[in-house]
Amino acid sequence: MTARSQARTPDSGQVRRSTLFILQQLVTRDFKLKYRRSILGVVWSVLNPLLMMCVLTLVFTNMFRFPIENYPVYLILGMVLFNLMSDATGGAMGSIIQNAPLIKKVRIQKAVFPIEKVCFSVVNFGLSLIAVAIVMIFFRCAPTVSLVALPLLLLYVIMFSVGIGLALSALSVFFRDVMHLWDVLIMAWNYLTPIFWPQDLSAFLTGISNQWIAHALVIVEKFNPMYHYVVYFRDICMYATIPGLRENIICLGFALVSLAIGVIIFRKTQHKFILYI
Amino acid sequence: MFKEFRALNDITFQVRRGDVFGLVGTNGSGKSTMLKIIAGVLEPSSGTCTVRGSIAPLIELGAGFDPELTARENIYLNGSLLGYSRDFIDSHFDEIVDFAELRDFLDMPLKNYSSGMVARIAFSIATATEPDLLIVDETLSVGDFLFQQKCEERIQSLIDDSHVTVMLVSHDTSQVERMCDRCAWIEKGHLRMVGPADEVCSAYRSLGD
Ligand SMILES: Nc1ncnc2c1ncn2[C@@H]1O[C@H](COP(=O)(O)OP(=O)(O)O)[C@@H](O)[C@H]1O
Ligand SMILES: [Mg+2]
Repeated sequence: MTARSQARTPDSGQVRRSTLFILQQLVTRDFKLKYRRSILGVVWSVLNPLLMMCVLTLVFTNMFRFPIENYPVYLILGMVLFNLMSDATGGAMGSIIQNAPLIKKVRIQKAVFPIEKVCFSVVNFGLSLIAVAIVMIFFRCAPTVSLVALPLLLLYVIMFSVGIGLALSALSVFFRDVMHLWDVLIMAWNYLTPIFWPQDLSAFLTGISNQWIAHALVIVEKFNPMYHYVVYFRDICMYATIPGLRENIICLGFALVSLAIGVIIFRKTQHKFILYI
Repeated sequence: MFKEFRALNDITFQVRRGDVFGLVGTNGSGKSTMLKIIAGVLEPSSGTCTVRGSIAPLIELGAGFDPELTARENIYLNGSLLGYSRDFIDSHFDEIVDFAELRDFLDMPLKNYSSGMVARIAFSIATATEPDLLIVDETLSVGDFLFQQKCEERIQSLIDDSHVTVMLVSHDTSQVERMCDRCAWIEKGHLRMVGPADEVCSAYRSLGD
């Protein structure tokens, strides 16, 4: 059996399909539904990372005493950026299955759904930057011009997340197990990324007695995209440095590889979605 | 793992521009599947389907409606999914609301609407445009009789004034005879008959005798 593509002329004049408008409408819907019937509403997007940071700061400054200056700032930067990726990919993962009723009834570009979830996470990330600003002001940690590299970092992380999100959303249509597995993986990934522990491995590792683990960790971080993104984020926000060309190429490389894999998986499988949802 | 099942098998027909084409057949015969292939929601596992022009699909009304959102919000959401631009919805908003006759309930969440009220809004959005091809699948049977009449009039005016091509599935054979020029009868995935609407409908009705 061969499926042949259908010839179609584009919609006429005023009624032009605008994927951007669909994206915007879907993000608006998610945003309204998230905050409907909560008194503080959108304030939660700012409050939530603040409260999380307070709890984690309490725990980690009393238990581990990492030698990190401005620890709350360090912590919230790592947390907020990792959450962007984990919210985006987690949201995208279920998006095709959730929108099954729609996909079965309307002719629509299916990639809209995972991409919409990534956009929604970016909006929330934008709000949580307010929390970051509050913490930075509180600890007198002034930002510098190096902040101009933020759009670049955002671009990398968005591309990276879209790639993973596309792949996950497609795979979970055929194997729902992916959804359970991803939750565990994200948790492991969270601990493997220097969010609450020192990103400066050379200083950190001398304290680890088992040298095997120390070496393994160095290698893992080399290949951990989130390590690079988190370090990048802190460099531009609190260490007043703009990462060099080499670091930018590494970050872009991870993003492109992820995006390519995601797009390939999604395009190869999307015509079969309707049979499995 | 599964036994292969063909919902549609070896069916060929043509609908010309400006035709009003009916589809009849017993439940589960594949009428909705046919319309979904034409609308581009489903891909045929083999064979081709070619459509020239824009489509307004009324296959299942209210696709993409979110019960938590208000009618106003849903008009924009559903409109975007149907391919309308924001300007288009802005300029046709009053028309859509007036046709559905639900102006007083615009800011009420859709979950508080009855299914007939939802159908009114949905029909009204889907027919706000003048498409080249209008696809209607038993959707009109939900609203009250007044609204059903209004829908039929709206479709008729699209046919008369704008020369829209229509594909219509209905269990009401008298409606099919009244509105359609030509008709196809699909039975258990096979094409039984194509021809003038009255001939096909009377053959189809004789199934019950
Ligand atoms: N997603 C699906 N998966 C498997 N079978 C389906 C699916 N959708 C429809 N069918 C089958 O295809 C046949 C035709 O269905 P349908 O086109 O809805 O019939 P009709 O609209 O004429 O009543 C039915 O036997 C139905 O069980
Ligand atoms: Mg049907």
